[in-house]
Amino acid sequence: MIDLIWVIPLLPLIGFLVNGLGRNVLPKALVGIIGCGVVLAAFLVSCGVFGQVYALRQAGEPAAFTQPIFDWIRAGGLKVAFSFLVDPLSAVMLLIVTGIGFLIHVYSIGYMQHDKGFARFFAYLNLFIFFMLLLVLGSNYIVMFIGWEGVGLCSYLLIGFWFKNSAYAGAAKKAFVMNRIGDLGFLIAVFLIFSTFGTLEFAGIFPQAANMAMGDTTLLLITLLLFVAATGKSAQIPLFTWLPDAMAGPTPVSALIHAATMVTAGIYMIARSNILFTLSPITLQVVAAVGICTALLAAAIAITQNDIKKVLAYSTVSQLGYMFLGLGVGAFTGAFFHVITHAFFKALLFLGAGSVIHAMSDEQDMRSMGGLRKHLPVTYFTMLIGTVAIAGIPPLSGFFSKDEILAHAFAHSKGLWVLGFIGALFTAFYMFRMLFLTFFGSFRGSAEQKGHLHESPVTMTVPLVVLAILAVLGGLLNVPSALGGNHALANFLAPVFADSAAKAGTVHLDHTTEYVLMGVSALAALMMAFVAYRSYVVKGVVPAVDTAPRGWLSRLSYRKFYVDELYDALVVRPLNLLSVFLYRTVDRKALDGIVNGLGGAAGESGKGLRLLQSGNVGFYIFMMVIAVVALLAYGIVNG
Amino acid sequence: METVVQQIQGVPLNHYILFCSLIFTIGVVGVLIRRNVIIIMMSVELMLNSVNLLLAAFSAYSGDPSGQVFVFFIMALAAAEVAVGLAIIVMVYRNTRSVDINALNRLRG
Repeated sequence: MIDLIWVIPLLPLIGFLVNGLGRNVLPKALVGIIGCGVVLAAFLVSCGVFGQVYALRQAGEPAAFTQPIFDWIRAGGLKVAFSFLVDPLSAVMLLIVTGIGFLIHVYSIGYMQHDKGFARFFAYLNLFIFFMLLLVLGSNYIVMFIGWEGVGLCSYLLIGFWFKNSAYAGAAKKAFVMNRIGDLGFLIAVFLIFSTFGTLEFAGIFPQAANMAMGDTTLLLITLLLFVAATGKSAQIPLFTWLPDAMAGPTPVSALIHAATMVTAGIYMIARSNILFTLSPITLQVVAAVGICTALLAAAIAITQNDIKKVLAYSTVSQLGYMFLGLGVGAFTGAFFHVITHAFFKALLFLGAGSVIHAMSDEQDMRSMGGLRKHLPVTYFTMLIGTVAIAGIPPLSGFFSKDEILAHAFAHSKGLWVLGFIGALFTAFYMFRMLFLTFFGSFRGSAEQKGHLHESPVTMTVPLVVLAILAVLGGLLNVPSALGGNHALANFLAPVFADSAAKAGTVHLDHTTEYVLMGVSALAALMMAFVAYRSYVVKGVVPAVDTAPRGWLSRLSYRKFYVDELYDALVVRPLNLLSVFLYRTVDRKALDGIVNGLGGAAGESGKGLRLLQSGNVGFYIFMMVIAVVALLAYGIVNG
Repeated sequence: METVVQQIQGVPLNHYILFCSLIFTIGVVGVLIRRNVIIIMMSVELMLNSVNLLLAAFSAYSGDPSGQVFVFFIMALAAAEVAVGLAIIVMVYRNTRSVDINALNRLRG
């Protein structure tokens, strides 16, 4: 099955071509079948591949396979092959991308049923899956970069899916530009990697890197640049403002791209390059610091947001911050575990939100919702599971993954644990606030909306249920030994992080400390849930309208800490002014002046020279005489 | 023969050069200034004749006969040129009814 690995990205590519080219001729049912079918087929092949890798891991083998497809670039010393790498890390990512991708494709059949661009949507979704698979399967930085850029492109296409709305198109542009800023970091890092290691293949770089000294400056530079790329792709400070705006796209897009897959590309890339990062402790500190700051900032913004999707967007940014915190404290497996569980419950939450929006006739403001429990039972129950999972309440999956990160943070620095704990408090609060405002209390919307309230069709509810089951059971993937588990995921991924573990040493917390930490965070999450319950259900608080006066803290949070305004003043306006200056002064006055001036000069000189053609023969003879005299003089002088 | 040459060489060569340059200049000025094409033709002949004289003088002073041979050539050439030139003038007169050179300005830019 391993030799069939090239089939996995090929299938969504075929789906893209068929649905894209036939978008105006194929019937909707066929488009849906092709779109979902190719991803399902890719998922089945991925299962086969995963099974083989799993069997090898059980036997204790490192289980890494490279399948070269063709030699691509050969220029001097640079040799880049288009080849795929299958190892435990990419095998798990394959399952997530194709599995959750398939569920979201099925969901989209119901959600986008009445949209005119149905086929175009599926084409773009398939293209995205293709590029994401390239990113995950690439065996060198260049193939990964193809996927990296490609998912940025698909993100642009999908966020701006309803491109006739200029605000949505602007959001898509913003996402793409911020991604590209990160991509510059990636490119420069790739150049440095090539000049340092002479190759771009992972299998060539990482063994060489393992022999380098801790704190090597070239590695420091490379890892910092790679982290810049990760901040762009995974929406960390300072390049995170595109993700909340990206909610302009259809909800399945938010679920797939901005919850489960694309934004995790940064974490995947760092996990893949873990040896480079372990040898650069300064970079890891930067990663952890940025991660925790982002987690707290986004959580602080989320508590006052009223748009259901914006809450989830800021929640995503915050959880990504946790993943980077995990990477920064050396918990590579923990961060990746959180990627997996987050994919489950965040996709679930987004799809659930989509179900609510669908039922509310495209209303997204939670102040118009309320009491939807009775009308949308399946959606309610699955979103309840998702909320409990993300809040980190045991025994659901979020508890295990978040706790592993926090335990490593505690072992690294108590301060980081405290900040992470505060973030977890915020998380529980705003997620339950969202749940209670939407599903509890009495309905606050218009009568017309109330008439349309209905549970979503089967194509939309079945993926919700599947994801809910995964969110519940996902924790079993990596139960820590403190709770009597055998941390299966850590064992599975061991060869990928082996070099790092050798350099950094493993973290050991005694079980008592772990129990205390677990207990504290679980209790705190339950307590915040209760606080939210008291506020939004018992007291029936409804968030204020946009124009109501707020205290300064609330205003800071509601206005997203004015980050967008800051960027506008610092970056956008100077660039616009520069552009206007270059246009008016340099282009129109100087350059056009030169070109038009040359033309004018030619014209004027022509006008002047024309007067020589007087038609007066006497004048012509006179000129001849002058010329002869001049020649004679020249001959005499130089003779 | 010797005495003829001696007599000729009694006049210093500079006189001949000056004299011929003067005549040549008069011819040039005539071509540039006069408006009647026949006068212009006459001025051209004047230029040619001045050159003839100078060549003959040089030939006499240096004893080299090739100067005088050249004079023959120039005379023949001048005759041919005058023939053609007068033919052109006649045609111009027939078309424009004037021998004024300023009447021929149709190539004005």
